[in-house]
Amino acid sequence: MRRGEPLDFIAYIRDHPEQFRELLLEHVRLVGFSVLIAILIAIPLAVLTTRLAWFERPMTWIANVGQTVPSLAILGLTLPLLGIGFRPALFALTIKAVLPIFLNTVIGIRGVDRAIVDAARGMGTSDRQLLWFVELPLASPVMFAGIQTATVQNIGLATLAAYIGGGGFGDWILQGLAMVNPPILLAGAVPVAVLAMSTEMILRGVRRVIVPAGLTVT
Amino acid sequence: MSPLWAGVSLITLEHVSKNFDSPSGSVRAVEDVSFEVDAGALHVLIGPSGSGKTTTMRMINRLETISEGTITINGRDVRDLDVVELRRAIGYVIQQGGLFPHFTVADNVAVVPRLLGWPRARRRQRAEELLALVGLPPKQFADRFPRQLSGGQQQRVGVARALAADPPIILMDEPFGAVDPITRKQLQRELRRIQAEVQKTIVFVTHDIGEAFLLGDRIVLMAEGRIVQNGTPADLLRNPASPFVTEFIGEDRSLRALQHTYLAELAGSRPDGVPDDVPILAGTLSIPQAGQELARHDRSNREGFLVSDVSGRPSGYLTYQQLATVLGESIAPAETMTSAEAAPDPEAAHVLPV
Repeated sequence: MRRGEPLDFIAYIRDHPEQFRELLLEHVRLVGFSVLIAILIAIPLAVLTTRLAWFERPMTWIANVGQTVPSLAILGLTLPLLGIGFRPALFALTIKAVLPIFLNTVIGIRGVDRAIVDAARGMGTSDRQLLWFVELPLASPVMFAGIQTATVQNIGLATLAAYIGGGGFGDWILQGLAMVNPPILLAGAVPVAVLAMSTEMILRGVRRVIVPAGLTVT
Repeated sequence: MSPLWAGVSLITLEHVSKNFDSPSGSVRAVEDVSFEVDAGALHVLIGPSGSGKTTTMRMINRLETISEGTITINGRDVRDLDVVELRRAIGYVIQQGGLFPHFTVADNVAVVPRLLGWPRARRRQRAEELLALVGLPPKQFADRFPRQLSGGQQQRVGVARALAADPPIILMDEPFGAVDPITRKQLQRELRRIQAEVQKTIVFVTHDIGEAFLLGDRIVLMAEGRIVQNGTPADLLRNPASPFVTEFIGEDRSLRALQHTYLAELAGSRPDGVPDDVPILAGTLSIPQAGQELARHDRSNREGFLVSDVSGRPSGYLTYQQLATVLGESIAPAETMTSAEAAPDPEAAHVLPV
């Protein structure tokens, strides 16, 4: 591979369309699945945390530890258990996505106006109805911000999956680093940035669908 | 249907106490409170902050647990009832409405009907009915969101919501506390009009003594978790149980006292020899109202007037001198009497509607 001007990364991508598509797909799959699984784990746990006082401390502790342990360390730690490839990478990314979603859901539910919760309870909503009719819809803007954070964060973190053969644009980044070849490195890095920005925009559209209309009117 | 949904409802509190646990030990918020709310009556719970009035009310629909004592509705201990069912049978209005911001106005009104499983069309119809009752034209307001309404309008929606499933009982926790004074007056008047129409058993918490006198059939004055006095507005004014009551009622006391004193209470029995052509006033008029009414009568050569009882019989009698003495406590009698002479109205009917 020839060493050239940094902008040559466009040429590199153009020369490897098959591989580009494959890396993109892997990358999106890693992020998409990890965030989805994290949502399924974090939201129920967060709801439980707002219901059971004793549950809060251990949960917050675990979530914080999950967030502070470096991603690479998680990858390394799961290596003996899950081996290499897609699954350990997915596992590590899921763990990283749980905290922002969990915390934002707890904060969102806690932040629901006490008067509204009081009125709802006073009118005879069951615990479940309170959650579905009142708490989750009203917490949804904050919860959604957590999902947004987790998604964008994981688009960046997913590049590390390449270290354990998890695929994604990290492959090209690592390759570029190893070969001291800026075009290859950028062929991996620039699409990650573009992916992060376009995802951000798509999510903003999704937000408009998810957040109830009454919360955004003026 | 549970017995709670009977047409009328009577609430009884017997020796009710409430402890709150705090890090520094248990705090007594309500201490041995007993009273009864008659079916169809509006009972005001009033007192300074921390007097336990809100906690007392919240124990009725079990938003607070009862530490000691018993609360019954139509003879049933509230603790024996399913808490969700209990609350659906009791309308609940709080300060600032507590409306769901993500529901339209109509959906907000229909929350309890929805919880009770009414079909959509019936919920909508009921919501529109109630919006009209509280003075919000449904066409204009039903599909708005709470944030698009003023504070007073939100409060009206809050009242409509409490009435939605036609519960026999309504609890109101300082419902008009957060709106401006003019809107508050308006809402208070409307509540009286609505209450005259729907005849609910209402427990109304406030710290506004004027509101208490305007709305309450009975007033329970509380301080430091205990009942200081439980009586009609007139009781509190004329037989205050302690200096605290007098102080709490405040400086407008004498004027208020007159407004809550009725001719029938003052009038003596009709003496023999009172001619039939003296003015006759309804016994249900308050003293200031009687003063205004007499201003329209020719009182020359008359020493007093007749007061009719509930059945309309002119069985009571009061002299102008007696009325002037009572009025004199806060209004200059000369003024009233002068205007009486200045504007005699021979056309005025002698028999006033009771």
